Amino acid sequence: MSEGVGVDLENVWIRFGDFVAVREANVQINGGEFFSFLGPSGCGKTTILRAVSGFLEPSDGNVLIGGNNMAGFGPNERPTALIFQNLALFPLMKVWENIAFSMEVRGASAGERRKRADELLDMIALSGQGDKLPSELSGGQKQRVAIARALCAEPDVLLLDEPLSALDLKLRQHMRSELREIQKRVGITFIYITHDQGEALTMSDSVAVMKAGIIDQIADGKSIYDDPATAFVASFVGENNVFRGKVKSVSKDSAIIETNRTGNLRARISSDNQGKLKVGDDAMMFIRPEALDISTNDTSSDTRIKARVTHSEFEGQSYHVFLEGTEGKEMKMSLINRGEDRMYERGKELYLDFDANQAVALPAGELASE
Amino acid sequence: MDAGFIKEFFKRNGVGMGWFLIIAVGFWVVVLIILPQISMFDFSFRNDLPPPEIGGPKDVYTLKNYQYLIFGADGNPDGYNKTDLAVFGKTLLAAAFVTILDLVLCYPIAYYLGQSTGGGMARLFVLLLIIPYWINEILRAFAFRIIFGDSGVINEMLMVIGIIDNPIDFVRENIALYAGLGYAYILLMIFPMYNVIESLDRNQIEAARDMGASWIKIHRRIVIPYAKPGISSGCTMVFMLSAGALAAPQILGGPSSLWFTQIIYQWFNQSVNWPQGSAFAAVLLVTCIIIVLGVMRLFNVNMGDIGK
Ligand SMILES: Nc1ncnc2c1ncn2[C@@H]1O[C@H](COP(=O)(O)OP(=O)(O)OP(=O)(O)O)[C@@H](O)[C@H]1O
Ligand SMILES: [Mg+2]
Repeated sequence: MSEGVGVDLENVWIRFGDFVAVREANVQINGGEFFSFLGPSGCGKTTILRAVSGFLEPSDGNVLIGGNNMAGFGPNERPTALIFQNLALFPLMKVWENIAFSMEVRGASAGERRKRADELLDMIALSGQGDKLPSELSGGQKQRVAIARALCAEPDVLLLDEPLSALDLKLRQHMRSELREIQKRVGITFIYITHDQGEALTMSDSVAVMKAGIIDQIADGKSIYDDPATAFVASFVGENNVFRGKVKSVSKDSAIIETNRTGNLRARISSDNQGKLKVGDDAMMFIRPEALDISTNDTSSDTRIKARVTHSEFEGQSYHVFLEGTEGKEMKMSLINRGEDRMYERGKELYLDFDANQAVALPAGELASE
Repeated sequence: MDAGFIKEFFKRNGVGMGWFLIIAVGFWVVVLIILPQISMFDFSFRNDLPPPEIGGPKDVYTLKNYQYLIFGADGNPDGYNKTDLAVFGKTLLAAAFVTILDLVLCYPIAYYLGQSTGGGMARLFVLLLIIPYWINEILRAFAFRIIFGDSGVINEMLMVIGIIDNPIDFVRENIALYAGLGYAYILLMIFPMYNVIESLDRNQIEAARDMGASWIKIHRRIVIPYAKPGISSGCTMVFMLSAGALAAPQILGGPSSLWFTQIIYQWFNQSVNWPQGSAFAAVLLVTCIIIVLGVMRLFNVNMGDIGK
């Protein structure tokens, strides 16, 4: 396949009356990329997708597809195909008619349509099911039909609005790899929307994390997880233990945060914030549960936390130990199951070590509410 | 109906409510629908006798009332009862015309109401549609007569604008009648369609639009097939009621036009020949049912979908 068609959002604002649904979005999506928008419900993901597909025009700024400004072009004039949050298959048309609807619109003969629909049915592993009605398919099959219907229009950019959200967990995980597989095969740009971070991280080349209309960070999955740009991203993506405090001292890429009661903690400053944290600033420090480990040393250090166990859970591949720090705040530590019993009793005092490179210091900010 | 269903029915509604439903619905169906129709059919096969002879030797079943509708009175030189059959045919055609008129007028309204997001506006619109029905049907018909009269609003306006010089006789041309009938059943056409269209997922329309479908295509392939049950129940009601209307043709019909129901009415009230009237009514009813079932079959609608 060729290079693929990229999508750019230039300074896009979308307002509904006084309400700002999307604020100053600047995004560059490369051709052939699997790009995800990740954010909590109501943060404006669907709104952005509708602006790309042409169902609404941005109040300000430009949407470019393949370098062309799309202002004034309707959904049918853009080289995009949208897969709706609820799929929106046509219930009264047979599966093959659904798939080939875009060809019907273009006036293709029934024979041509049937042929193309059968090819696509083969591709989505539903050969021979073309004469069923959508209601006679399972959730995952409907899902694939929706993808085939969108691909039949031969879009340059496929837009997917939480297409897996209605499926159960097992199927969702299966469909993730299938989607990725399809994307590699057809080689077109996928823009994927989800509030499920697992989905975003496993499938995407790049992820944009959104919070209430604002894009906080755009990066690949690993950077989003390991090197979050804001407190919101750190708390929204994956689990994280947070400590609040003030910057006590700062170097180029690390800082010591003076917390109220846990003492001084050392952390790496996330790359987007290096040079921005100043001594005395309100700051937050995040440590992932899996970055904590049990210390054999009980002297105090800026990479050691003293805490008391509240309870422990065994989850097969790992143990989760929940602790109460001196701050009274709950912490979670995850330890890989290596055969040792890690079911610590309530009340046991532990020292936890962490590597300052795996702890992230960020300017204080709004956290994702659970 | 097996025992399990009956048990479930009482469990769901309670014993008291269950019996009330059974008795009320039973009474309604049997006493108010089935019995009158049966006795009307029975009447239609009898001779028109003075009361003392009823039950006497002359009170036997006969087909002569039906024969009259088709062949006219004995010794009719035409061979067929041209007047009554012509009225019959014209009534059915006119009812079909009113139905199509309402369908064409109401489909866009039902679509707009069903798919518009502005809940407030749509509700106001529905209210505006309902208000005229607070007025009695006969009064409404007279109001139409006034509006469409020689010096009515419509003629006056047309003359002021200068489109016409002399008033148009809307009543003689039956325009007033079609307008009145069409207007009377607008809601019966809108609501069933609105109900179905409202439940149509808006995303389906957007999906079709995304794939480049024109508005005509969207309606032909997505909205109309989906709304078919609503369309057919609306059409059924409007057709049946138009064909069976009496007050509007009486008041708004031109002098030359007679509605079949008016002939039935004459048999019952002026000629006091109930068996003859019953036969005419039976023919109208059965023909209407056959037409409706035939059209439903033609458009592939199931009886079960109609209730939706
Ligand atoms: N047509 C509209 N008029 C007014 N407000 C709207 C409109 N569409 C969306 N909004 C608002 O914009 C915000 C973002 O909506 P959007 O549908 O983009 O959320 P989302 O991120 O897709 O959420 P979800 O994950 O629940 O689908 C919401 O607060 C919503 O209420
Ligand atoms: Mg959404």
